Amino acid sequence: MLTITDLRKSFPSPEAGGRPVEIVRVARFELAAGQQFGLRGESGSGKTTFLHLIAGLLAADAGRIDFDGVDVAALGEAARDRLRAERMGYIFQTFNLLQGYTVLENVLLGMSFGGGRMDRDHARALLERVGLGTRLHHFPRQLSTGQQQRVAVARALANRPRLVLADEPTGNLDRRRGQEALALIREACAEAGAALLLVSHDPEVLGQFSAVRDFAELNRPAAPGAA
Amino acid sequence: MTLPLILYRSLRQHALSTLVTAGSIALAVGLLMVVWMVKAQSQRAFVETSTGFDAVLGARGSRLQLVLNAIFHLEASPGNISAADFEQIRRHPAVKAAIPLAVGDNYRGYRIVGTQEELFTKVEYARGRRYVVQPGGRVFAGAAHEALVGSFAAERLGLRVGDTFQPYHGLIFDPKSQHEEVYTVVGILEPTNTPADRVLWIPLAGIQNMKGHDPKFATDLSAVLLQLRTPQAGFMLDMMYNRQGNRLTFAYPVGAIVANLFGKIGWFDRVLALVAYLVAFVAAGSVLASIYASMSARRRDLAIFRALGARRHTLFTAVVAEAAVIGALGAAAGFVVYGALLMGVARIIRAQTGVALDVFAGHPVLWIAPVAMVALCALGGVIPAIKAYRVPVAETLAPTS
Repeated sequence: MLTITDLRKSFPSPEAGGRPVEIVRVARFELAAGQQFGLRGESGSGKTTFLHLIAGLLAADAGRIDFDGVDVAALGEAARDRLRAERMGYIFQTFNLLQGYTVLENVLLGMSFGGGRMDRDHARALLERVGLGTRLHHFPRQLSTGQQQRVAVARALANRPRLVLADEPTGNLDRRRGQEALALIREACAEAGAALLLVSHDPEVLGQFSAVRDFAELNRPAAPGAA
Repeated sequence: MTLPLILYRSLRQHALSTLVTAGSIALAVGLLMVVWMVKAQSQRAFVETSTGFDAVLGARGSRLQLVLNAIFHLEASPGNISAADFEQIRRHPAVKAAIPLAVGDNYRGYRIVGTQEELFTKVEYARGRRYVVQPGGRVFAGAAHEALVGSFAAERLGLRVGDTFQPYHGLIFDPKSQHEEVYTVVGILEPTNTPADRVLWIPLAGIQNMKGHDPKFATDLSAVLLQLRTPQAGFMLDMMYNRQGNRLTFAYPVGAIVANLFGKIGWFDRVLALVAYLVAFVAAGSVLASIYASMSARRRDLAIFRALGARRHTLFTAVVAEAAVIGALGAAAGFVVYGALLMGVARIIRAQTGVALDVFAGHPVLWIAPVAMVALCALGGVIPAIKAYRVPVAETLAPTS
């Protein structure tokens, strides 16, 4: 379902006098439909950039990202936006909920940008699934951190995605809530039939996955100055 | 559904700046519409206010002054004409009706005009409308010391049927120049929305024979109001009095003479319109500034929208639409400003001239100004929209790791 080949991304670096420094160079990575995969990576290792490239939030400098028969890296920005809106879900470490919108509206907006209608029943069902059926009209600031993360999970699944990308989803939660959130993400993805690619630096989180890989092994950026 | 939700939430989140901006837009739209409507309405009202007469005959002088004096009861009379001149024009075959007027006195600043009963019994002051005396009153009789008071003057002076008053000499109120004669109010006119509402009408002989007035001019008149049988008669009399004669002035047609006045003060309208345009542009600028200022607060939301797959043109449309909605809210409130201002201006014009503006009249500016303001605001939203369009998602949402 997801095959990445020779993917590269550089950013201009102030330390290098504004010259581009390679952050991501992944020769090959594969993820099967419905598979749940953990990527281990330390802070600054480029794993968030890797997820952004897959999601189409960033344009690749080179390489292929074959997702569901489409090369994401070859698409223009508008097409990447559409693909992400229709077939991907994204869970951020900081949740990135819309503070001015209710819990229900956050989830409804998650399903609306792909061109589909706002399916209130589906949104309610998702929020009930994550245990927030009684908090539909609350605003994020009225929820606990764990509850906010659950809204983020429901929103990521709102557009019935084929792939959910999770970037340190338990990073802002305590141990117990982190375990709960992780279990919820994994179960919800499995129930929805969505593949899950989760990046984390936490061994306890990654220990839950049968398929785990060290991002440092996968990502081999050129040394600064050699890009 | 997405766009209305985003608009609703965004406007609510920035309710204060939305209100302030919409308020300034309301002021701009209201002012713009008032300036236009006062111009259009006052021009229409003045030009159409002929009080039922086609022409005015008076002493040699300015036609405009003659019309302002005899029809609008403003300005001083350019001079007197003799009873013989009145008789001559009254008997002219081209003249359907001739009503003499004599002015020169006031009561507490409201003009006293001497005339004949026929003005109230035979003349239509507008098509199909005659003067009506309020119940319990009547028109003054012959040469009696009686007065028929216009509705506005009666209201302002607190005069009722049976009340008495002593006129003051001159057109401007001077407490030291009171005449000895005592007049009794015998009737109050129903409102006509014409300058007649501001006048205290008395018999012609009353003004002519008022003690203190020069007896040598006791039969003189200030002007004669004329109804003509045909338009051609007007041109004929114009030739007779204005070109061949040199003693009298024949002011015809009344409407065109007033319209000429508005032509002369057109620059004033243009200055007012310019001020209104400036206000409109300042308001549109404040929309731009307000949305632009709230952009940094919304930067994160915009990045989240993008992360959820919102296309750039969706965000562009949302921001422009928000500016347009603020413009529309302001334009709607502009009608309140417009109504309040126009009623105030209409009240002042009515008090000063007796001419009534039609505050409910339609005019293209009533839709052009709000629509143009909404368009201007939408245009003002374009720069913030481009800024929204360029929000770097990855950079805004997460530290790169």
